[in-house]
Order: sequence, then C-alpha cells, then structure tokens
Amino acid sequence: MTINLSNLTIEYAHEAMMRGDFSARELAEAYIETINEKNNDIHAYLEVYDDVLKQADDADKMIKEGKATILTGIPLALKDNILFEGKIASASSKILENYHATYSSTVVEKLKSAGAVILGRTNMDEFAMGSSTENSAYGATKNPHDISRVPGGSSGGSAAAVAMSGALFALGSDTGGSIRQPASFCGVVGLKPTYGAVSRSGLMAMGSSLDQIGPFTKTVADAEIVYQALASHDPLDSTSAPDSFRIQPSPLKKKIGIPRDFIKKEDLNPEVYENFEKAIKKFESLGYEIIDIELPRAAYSLAVYYIVMAAEVSTNLSRFDGVRYGLQIEGKNLLETYQMSRGVGFGKETRRRILLGTYVLSHGYYDAYYNKALKVQRLITLDFKKAFENVDAIITPTSPFPAFKAGEKMSDPLQMYLSDIYTVPANIAGIPAISLPHGTSNEGLPLDLQIMAPHWREDILFTIGKAFEALEK
Amino acid sequence: MQLEDVKKLADLARIEITDAEQQEFLDNLTSILSYVKQIESVDTSELDDAEYPLRNVMREDAFPYESEKYTEKLLGEAPDTYDGYLKVKKILSN
Repeated sequence: MTINLSNLTIEYAHEAMMRGDFSARELAEAYIETINEKNNDIHAYLEVYDDVLKQADDADKMIKEGKATILTGIPLALKDNILFEGKIASASSKILENYHATYSSTVVEKLKSAGAVILGRTNMDEFAMGSSTENSAYGATKNPHDISRVPGGSSGGSAAAVAMSGALFALGSDTGGSIRQPASFCGVVGLKPTYGAVSRSGLMAMGSSLDQIGPFTKTVADAEIVYQALASHDPLDSTSAPDSFRIQPSPLKKKIGIPRDFIKKEDLNPEVYENFEKAIKKFESLGYEIIDIELPRAAYSLAVYYIVMAAEVSTNLSRFDGVRYGLQIEGKNLLETYQMSRGVGFGKETRRRILLGTYVLSHGYYDAYYNKALKVQRLITLDFKKAFENVDAIITPTSPFPAFKAGEKMSDPLQMYLSDIYTVPANIAGIPAISLPHGTSNEGLPLDLQIMAPHWREDILFTIGKAFEALEK
Repeated sequence: MQLEDVKKLADLARIEITDAEQQEFLDNLTSILSYVKQIESVDTSELDDAEYPLRNVMREDAFPYESEKYTEKLLGEAPDTYDGYLKVKKILSN
C-alpha cells in the first residue's frame, strides 16, 4: 500500500498500525524510499542504518503481542551527536570520523524500549556550532523548500529530514537555538525543553550549562508525545532535574506578553515583522489578552551566550586529543600529536570557538568576561521571572529573517551568530520554548512564531501552540 | 588583541593553526570580543553574590563498574593501543 507521508502524524501512524492498516515494516520501507529519493539533493542524513527493517520487525512483534506504546514502530532520525551503541556518532567532525558509540544515550534507550525505529543519523554543524549546517565536515545540508538556501543549524539535518518527510520525527540538541532556528527555516515544529528536563547522558557536550535535547515534528501534538516519552529524571546526568522540580500544570491566565523593547522593527526583516503582527492578532482572536512586557536585559543574551558557551566548549572539547578516540595525526612527540590532531580534526568554527573560550577563561580576563557574563545571565533570568508573573507565555519571532542563501554568512561569524538573537534568551534563562511554522515569505519560504513559557511549563507551550496551530489549518 | 595573543591561545588550546588563519582568527576574535564587551555596561549591583543560585551535583565516589567491563570497547575506539593501554609518543627526550 502507499502511505502518504507528507501529512502523517505520530498519533495517526500509531492508530493506523494498531488497526493493521499498515505495519511498522511497511512504514519504515516508505520512509527509506523517500530518503533514497530525496537525500542526494538535501543531504539531511549522513547515514541510514542497515538494521532499520529489523528494528521495524521488532516493533511489529511488540504490536502483535499487545505491548505497543504510542512510539512503537514510529520512525525517527537522530542528530549525529547523540550516541546509539555500536553506530558511528561523529558530531559531523573529522576528529570523530570512525568513532562508534560505546554506549547508548538515555534518550535512545527510552526510544528503543518504547519500540521506536531509528532510521539513521543526521547532518549538523560540527559539534553543534553554527546556524546553517554548513560547518559539517561531511558537506552542507540543503533546505528542502529551496535547495539554494540553508536549513538553519546546528540541527539542520534533523529539521530537513522531517521537512522532506524522511522521518516522522527527529531529535536535535539546542544550546542557543539549534532546534528552533532550523525548525523555523524548514517549516516544522521544534521544541527546546526546560534545561534539565531531558537527560543529556550520551549527548556530546557542547555548552553543558545550556544544552538540551528536543524533538522536531510536524505538529505540536507530536512534539508533546515525544517530550512526554523523554522527559524524566536520570541519575546518569547530574544536571537532570529530580521529580520534585517538575511542577504540575495549573490553569492559564490567558495572557500573552510581547517584549516590544527587545523585538525592534528595525532589527527584523519586514516580512517577519508583518508576520509577527499577524500572529498577535490571531492570539487576540483566540481570546488571549496581549500585554506589553519588558525584558530590559534580554538584549544582552547573545553576548552572554558567546562568553559562557565558548568557555564551556573550550573545556568540553579538550577531551578530543587524538589519543582516546577518532583521528590521530602523529607528530614527533605527544604535544605535536595533540596540536596536529586537533588542528586537522577540528574545522574552522570549532577552532575559533575553542580559542575564544580559552581567551575568556584566561587569567586577567576571567572576571571581566566569564564572571560578568554569569551575573548578567542571572539578571536576564530575573527579568523573565518577573515578566511571567503577569503572563502565561511570551512570544517573539524565532528568527529575524527567513532561510538565507548558502554561503551568505560563512565569511562573517558575527553575522551568523546574530541569527540566534531571539532563541538564545530561553537557553540563558533555562526556560522552555517552541518554534511553530507560521506563514510564508513572498518567496515561499517558511516563517515562524516562537513561544516561551516559565520553567517546567511545557504544558503552556502545547496548549497555546495547539490552539494557534488549529487556526492555521 | 595582537597576532601574538592568537598564537599563545592556540598553544594553550593545543591547536595547530596556519599563519594565514592566525590573521583571520585575529580579525574574527576582535570583532566578536567587541560585540560581547557590551555586557561591561550592565549594572549588576542588585545581585547578592552570597545567593548564587547554582550548585554542583556530585555522585558518591562509589559503586564502580566491574573492572575491565568496558575496557575492550573503549580501547577499540582509540587510534593506537598496546596490550590494553593507550599508546602515545614519548614525552621526555633522552
């Protein structure tokens, strides 16, 4: 039978498999066929695993035995920095070219025990550093809506995989916008959960105080399903929050905040601005009260981010030394082996951020940069806390512009960094945020809406997100 | 920042960079640092340093894995090993 993948949701696929309309194997075959047809042009996947059909057969067995969960037989893609035991995980870096994961991440363990089918690993900016997926050592991913444009980044392969209907959902990681910004560029839903909600055990560390795993899906309801399946305390991740942190939903005030001082018209592409104003009108029509709020220090988020993240990158990536895993370039002594392996194995952006992090942590600059950044981070968090006293959620655009042309920002790192101006604050404050597809540009490119909620209130993102999404249909 | 500083940072980070890249990185880092410097002007006097909100979460230094359980797997991913050890170039000259 032919399965129409373009409008398929997790919920629908689950019900269809339970009814026996199609099997997990048939569904997996349909996705592999789509990948074979489209991946040459899009390059979303770095690898499709050789045991996909075996995984699907296991899922069919679970269904027959009455052991199915909502994710049994659901095909997904993994970002290349999430470990799956025995499979290559390279973080799109030369330094990990032939590295096989020696254990599975907690998210993979959870998905496998739920019977999900992992199709393969997706392309990304090397070690999750970038906003275009052009910083991959294995070639750039293209935007499925226009292959002359980037899919966003760093989880661009995962976003493109879902957008080209090459996976029913995908996992990515978001340190400063790496799920939400590519979701925006590719016209899919992208969720960054509260910091500490989903275990990071088995996710290659980038900025450990900011990193969070989350899903790419076609609908808000699907994002909620994946979030529910993954979010729980994990003793293997010391920053995973205990159950006592995870508060229960409470009724909404039906008030949405707009930080006018932060989203300035002159900073936005005119179409993005107009589209955002339309979103505000839609919330009014849904009966939400729109309130102007202030986030006086949110504008410093990106500066704070490029200090804290770079500091953590320089520390986390010191483990890649050409001795313990991956690529080794042999020098005439151990020091030279380190220098040459890291010089050749790391791409330009990775080396740039390691140098930046080394600088802000060095003696004489530590107080002025790193310590000061941590203080400003606390103030930004307080700004959000105060704003959320009066509103359920805060909305902004996800990206200040739609998907840009390949190569357009590669020569100016700072311009690339500015792509994340509206996504970074949620990471700095540790709050959950979701990007929804909303509208299209005159050139037919997807536009977006970002919703942010207080810590542990993903339920607000889902409630508001679903109501908004229903208007679009 | 000067060219010398970039060389020093690369040495500290154990990363080889080419001469051409040194100039490029100097330009990039100068522009990034001048952007992030904006945090200098933020007044943080309302914060009480004694109330730092984060704390370290440590596990007990106990319950180790059974010895050698993962040795083979981990060494299997290393570029060069000898008799159950990682092999490296010597670090002392004769």
